[in-house]
Amino acid sequence: MSEHEQRTPVQLSTVSADDPRLQPAARRPELVEKVIAVTFLVGIALIVGFGAAYWVNATPWVLGATFGGGLFLMGVGLIAWGKYLMPRGPFVEERHTLASSEVERDAFAAAIVERGGGVIKRRKFLGGLLGAGMGIFGVVAAFPLVRSLGPMPKGTLFHTDWAKGTYLVDITGRRVHLEDLAIGSIMTVYPEGLENTDNGQAVDQTVLIRISNENFVTQKGRETWGPQGYLAYSKLCTHLGCPVGLYEQQLQLLVCPCHQSMFNVTNGCIPNFGPAPRPLPQLPLQFDAAGYLQSQSDFNQPVGPGFWERA
Amino acid sequence: MSQTVNTKRAQREKSGPYGKLGHALNELDDRMGVAKGGRSFLDKIFPDHWSFMLGEIALYSFVVVLATGVFLTLYYVPSQALTTYTGSYLPLYGQRVTEAFASTVNLSFAVRAGLLMRQMHHWSCNIFIGAIVVHMGRVFFTGAFRKPRETNWVIGTTLLILAIVNGFLGYSLPDDLVSGTGIRIAYSIILSIPVVGTYVAFFLFGGNFPGTSILPRFFILHVLIIPLIILGLVGAHMVLLVRQKHTQFPGKGKTENNVVGTPMYPVFMAKTTGFMFVVAGATALLGAFAQINPIWQFGPYTASRISYAVQPDWYMGFLDGALRIFPSWSFHSFGHTIPLEVTIPAVIFPGILFNLVMAWPAIERKFTKDNEMHNLLDRPSNRPKRTSAGVAVAVLCSMLFIASSTDVIANFFHLSLNSVLWAMRILCIVMPVLAYPVTYRICREMQGFAGAGKRKTTNIVTRTAEGEYVATPAPVYVDDLAHEHELDALPVPTYVVDAEDAVPAGEGGVRRVPR
Repeated sequence: MSEHEQRTPVQLSTVSADDPRLQPAARRPELVEKVIAVTFLVGIALIVGFGAAYWVNATPWVLGATFGGGLFLMGVGLIAWGKYLMPRGPFVEERHTLASSEVERDAFAAAIVERGGGVIKRRKFLGGLLGAGMGIFGVVAAFPLVRSLGPMPKGTLFHTDWAKGTYLVDITGRRVHLEDLAIGSIMTVYPEGLENTDNGQAVDQTVLIRISNENFVTQKGRETWGPQGYLAYSKLCTHLGCPVGLYEQQLQLLVCPCHQSMFNVTNGCIPNFGPAPRPLPQLPLQFDAAGYLQSQSDFNQPVGPGFWERA
Repeated sequence: MSQTVNTKRAQREKSGPYGKLGHALNELDDRMGVAKGGRSFLDKIFPDHWSFMLGEIALYSFVVVLATGVFLTLYYVPSQALTTYTGSYLPLYGQRVTEAFASTVNLSFAVRAGLLMRQMHHWSCNIFIGAIVVHMGRVFFTGAFRKPRETNWVIGTTLLILAIVNGFLGYSLPDDLVSGTGIRIAYSIILSIPVVGTYVAFFLFGGNFPGTSILPRFFILHVLIIPLIILGLVGAHMVLLVRQKHTQFPGKGKTENNVVGTPMYPVFMAKTTGFMFVVAGATALLGAFAQINPIWQFGPYTASRISYAVQPDWYMGFLDGALRIFPSWSFHSFGHTIPLEVTIPAVIFPGILFNLVMAWPAIERKFTKDNEMHNLLDRPSNRPKRTSAGVAVAVLCSMLFIASSTDVIANFFHLSLNSVLWAMRILCIVMPVLAYPVTYRICREMQGFAGAGKRKTTNIVTRTAEGEYVATPAPVYVDDLAHEHELDALPVPTYVVDAEDAVPAGEGGVRRVPR
């Protein structure tokens, strides 16, 4: 048999035991067997090593190197065994058409359309009742399954906990005094009493910046909102709600590290770069008699990213 | 004594020529009728082509992800309750953190092999999704999705989506600073859906961000519900594969009505089991030597804190890139807001992309009007339009993926962020548009080029005693003999432009297509 003929695929069930297709693919099987044996032995040694490393609580990379190296080598050995020492083939298998015969198809369709369909067609009223029942069940079941998962949004997204006279505090709960921030400094503030709550952290978080009065554009109607150069803006980016956590002091830009939106602090935090569509909402500030900072009211707009109900 | 021997012999004779195992198999067949189906399963033929291994990588990394994931569930606590960290990692000692964060740090440092298992879990998730994508590319470019395999294409695409979703959920579970920011972004993306977004977000999270129950809900989705669906669909994928049999590349003796290759038992079984060990071993080596997601360096999630260089796992990169480069086009009118700067890149774009992918077999059938059964694969160059469309989509996704690193690129190359942003905006539009005609041209060139994609036969150069050099062609590779008729076995693509002018297969089996 020429080599060319040996490469002609035949059916597995028809080959004789001495067919060259059932012989190993390797030219020198004994040598391959030795190489595979060595691979297995090293693999086993590594796996045993993993056991030992685990026993003595070795560092993770030793555990991983022995465990992974052992598995890897056992795998390589097994693949080589399959590739070089097992029947080299090629073999062929016939495909059987997936489709059934015409008669079987017709019988199947007839069973559904005639036997089943006839029964349902004749009982339209019952069918309608069953359908209505299932439909009503679906709607009713949606209440425990979906409705109970969370509260209705109502006005939640429109308000924060800031109100008239709320003191600004830092993360430790200390009130912020007139003399606390140098010009050009920045800190994150929360409504007093809420600095360690989920809502205080996630919704009410506010950036307090003190800037010099030069080069500062006061927005119309906000003349009294930033006493002594203190400006407070919502820390929630109007793009996707990440905290606007970076402050570029020289350019006086607040930067959101998520998608690089930048807000111009000297001009009402209007975005001048990136995907954020709206300025950061501003919190109007005032001082109490002792010089501690308070909010005059809530933010001038809903904080954070856009949503359907927002005007 | 002789009595015993005789009994044994009698028993041996009773159990037939295949001994005790044969006897056991007979007993099993009596009860369950396994012989016929079992034999045809053992004889099942698998085509030998390296590209069929890509799906195996996906399958076996799923096995690794399941095994390591089970290990992690033994130690992870899905709770947002605050606790004081008192474990062995000193920089965090005494900090107020959630149970979820503390338990993840503990399972990394205090549980033996815990860090290895966690890193293997994360790596194998990334490999799983990567392998699915590459496997899909193989199926797409060779036309393996055509009738009768459209259903399996849809199942596969669903698996990709589920894998991405579950990857994101798992990435969120440690409650570290980076993943918490990811959840915040996901919440805002849900909010951006017109009309129902607010309700969906509130119901899913149990209220306004961060809600009351993200981690327990993400946990049960991540470890039970979605894996169960994935497992079921993987099963269906395999059952359909066995039922419909493999596709194969055209070649000697290979027709639409047969499969040529090696049998399930023992050859394929040995190779594939070995390959499973190789995949698991390689993942373990990555887990050992390549650090991934060191949450103790990021610190616990606090809603008002953030780190710079916030980037998701690779499979979310294309969405993050789209969000970065899309302009700030918010729609405000009629008392409503549609945050198009979020809705378009993060909801509508992936929606269109995945629907297009799912519907591709139907779309192609509509254009080619080809309703035949196809078991022989296409050479991508012989289907230039499909190949070009696929390359264009792949290029778009790659560009968006690069765009998710605008800040890193600007920083690394000392460029202005603005130039990088605009460069990526332009590249995302220009590159896919360019990719189509360029790929198309390359495909057409390859169609007219004899032996494209084939190995060249070498010359053996010998020096004679007189010092003369003689070059004689080396014998043809045995493997190439098997492929020698590959090209003339291809059906003429019906929808290639000018196909009717195409010259039929000529000398050497090459069909020349006029330019």
